[in-house]
Amino acid sequence: MAIVTGKNQRWRVLGAHAFLIVLLVLTLFPLAAVISISLRPGNFANGSLIPREISLEHWKLALGFDVTTADGLVMHPPFPVLRWLWNSVKVATIASALIVAFSTTAAYAFARLRFAFKMPILNSMLLLQMFPPVLALVAIYAIFETIGNYVPALGLETHGGLIVAYLGGVATHIWTIRGYFETIPVEIEECAKVDGASHFQAFFRVLLPMAVPILMVVFVLAFVGTIIEYPVASILLREESNLTLAVGSKYYLADQKYLWGDFAAAAVLSGLPITAVFLAAQRWIVSGLTAGGVKE
Amino acid sequence: MHSSPWKRGLVAAAGALAGTGGFWLVFAIYAAHQPLLALGALALLCAGLYVYLSRAAIAWRYLFPGVVGMLLFVAFPLVYTMWIGFTNYSSTHLLSQARVKAYLLEQTVPDEDHSLQFTLHPDGDKLRVLLAPHDAAASAVRFVSPPLKLQGDDAQVATMAALPADQALVPALAVRDTLAHRDALMKLQLKMPDGRVLGYAGVHEFGPSAAVWKANADGSLTRLDDNKTYAPNDAEGFYVAADGDRLQPGYKVAVGFANYARMLADREFRGPFVSIFVWTVAFAALSVAFSLAVGCTLAVLLNWEALRFRTLYRTLLFLPYAVPGFISILVFKGLFNQNFGEINGILNAVFGIKPAWFADPMLARTMMLVVNTWLGYPYFLVLCTGLLKAIPVDLYEASAIAGARPLTNFFRITAPLIVKPLSPLIISAFAFNFNNFVLVSLLTNGRPDFLNTKIPAGTTDILVSYTYRIAFLDSGQNFGLAAAISTVIFFLVALLSFANLRVAARNAARR
Repeated sequence: MAIVTGKNQRWRVLGAHAFLIVLLVLTLFPLAAVISISLRPGNFANGSLIPREISLEHWKLALGFDVTTADGLVMHPPFPVLRWLWNSVKVATIASALIVAFSTTAAYAFARLRFAFKMPILNSMLLLQMFPPVLALVAIYAIFETIGNYVPALGLETHGGLIVAYLGGVATHIWTIRGYFETIPVEIEECAKVDGASHFQAFFRVLLPMAVPILMVVFVLAFVGTIIEYPVASILLREESNLTLAVGSKYYLADQKYLWGDFAAAAVLSGLPITAVFLAAQRWIVSGLTAGGVKE
Repeated sequence: MHSSPWKRGLVAAAGALAGTGGFWLVFAIYAAHQPLLALGALALLCAGLYVYLSRAAIAWRYLFPGVVGMLLFVAFPLVYTMWIGFTNYSSTHLLSQARVKAYLLEQTVPDEDHSLQFTLHPDGDKLRVLLAPHDAAASAVRFVSPPLKLQGDDAQVATMAALPADQALVPALAVRDTLAHRDALMKLQLKMPDGRVLGYAGVHEFGPSAAVWKANADGSLTRLDDNKTYAPNDAEGFYVAADGDRLQPGYKVAVGFANYARMLADREFRGPFVSIFVWTVAFAALSVAFSLAVGCTLAVLLNWEALRFRTLYRTLLFLPYAVPGFISILVFKGLFNQNFGEINGILNAVFGIKPAWFADPMLARTMMLVVNTWLGYPYFLVLCTGLLKAIPVDLYEASAIAGARPLTNFFRITAPLIVKPLSPLIISAFAFNFNNFVLVSLLTNGRPDFLNTKIPAGTTDILVSYTYRIAFLDSGQNFGLAAAISTVIFFLVALLSFANLRVAARNAARR
């Protein structure tokens, strides 16, 4: 850039670095602290942030092993963290797969087929999605209680019910996939149809293979979205062995039983994979974030 | 291309199976006396069958699952919540009137006047039950059951027969051994020759049970032991006696605008409700303001080419957004703990203070804003970075020629140019924080509470967490009231969405 720099430019750069470093410390402090706490013996703070002695007791407990302390006490894992992680991953994987399937087919209809009230339907779906499910928790609870009376596998306290509850959140994904479909020339499918392919074959055998990247993106987005979902899961699941990670983690920090060190290990253990997935998908998530702001 | 007959057969079989299963489910719901629900399920099923069987609705074959998912789990809950807001649905009014009536009519008490004494007599590896009148006169008729296996959890019905006076049985079990079979005996019903059915009525007795309530033709219920009559009162949702006595449990009725009237008119309720509302707006506005200020400042700084390590800074500063919210919020909850938390550890070492972050309302609110700014600024950092890239560099070159300083650059060039595309996103961020249930629920749970309120309400509660509390936690599970408050929030969210669309449309038009 051809801007003439003033004399105080150096001081400004230094000031900016100082400011950024202060902010960086504030930002990273909680993350660094939780790693240090997970390696510190005991469940209470001892004053030092850099652990003087490294202890793996919290990690062993988080991984489901018993720990024997120096004075012979045997400590059992307080909560089945791995079980919760498995529940979360199971629910999120199945729900995201179904969400991708449902939103892909719907997006195909919106992008390629003609039917009455096309845009009103799409717009009202997007509008509906602006009301977060947390506002309708009472109704959702009542609905799943009723469903459970007739189909026990989808009632309260079931992962099936939770997965089904997540299937409503497809509108934004339909929008994303539809946008991608519209960038693919329709002529390719028309050629396939001339060769005798049915609607479904043109969609499944021709269009879908070309849209794999966006399907991956939507899958990751749905996966991250469902694995961190808390309100709906917290009313549908109550039994300890049934909980997902998002619901279960808070029990570590109950007022009566404050397990700070155990929580730290469990948090790092379960948070790392999700954070890694998020960072890997960051590029697409970010482009999704800005899509609303800068429309081309 | 034609699919093979095998495949077609398979598809047809799956369709037939799904259709049959669906109809069976509809029938099961109808048989459980839920005609409206059955009708809804039937409509859905027929729509599904039509879509997948008819050739006319090809587009809907692709749309159906997604649209049904949204209707069932997004649209319907919204409508249903609004409906619940007009009822008295709560833990004391849980069931419909029909279910409450059936429940009351099923109530029985043991009829002690007609009970019989029982003893157990071994017969091989099984047992026979012998019933005799209490005053065991030798001439009295005694009844005996066939040999029974008194084990397991299954309910049994045994037919009793009169025992001939001359027939003798093996001596009876001792009381202690009889008690060992108590669980099985409690599930056992004895059918007498005269048709009466006797049930377990005590350590020594089997007896008939008598109904507590009698249904009258006008819909009221009469208690048989004191002949008191309770008539259904649909205004209150209770069975009520002439002297005003209410019968528990109550039932679900529509109460019109009673829940809304409570929000406006009930003084004890209105006080905390209004302060929660004010705090919700303040919390959402301040959260967005702080996150935007931090995020935007960072974006401008990191856009400055004289600075080194910009990518490293940007990656690290983005981290809070990548860590799942439920984990980082709980981490903060621990760090802010008054006695064991690291933050107070540092404050204590440096300044010698230990603020009570969770007990003092103002400190708790401050903490919420600090945590939410930490969670929220990366979003604005990313947004602003994207928007800054779109600003032509020559604007800054021109301002440099005019001798402008960085602050002037920001307020005269940068801010006016990014504020327009940002505004719809600011509105949606406001709407998000307005309903930021996860933060409140995991960080403070609304505490510290207001003192002297009838329904527990917290100083850090926002509207959604307050409704959650009313519906699911400590306040008697008043679903109706919670749903009414949710309905109010619907309208506010709808208003925000409308504003959002208007701003976005205006921006698009000016472009």
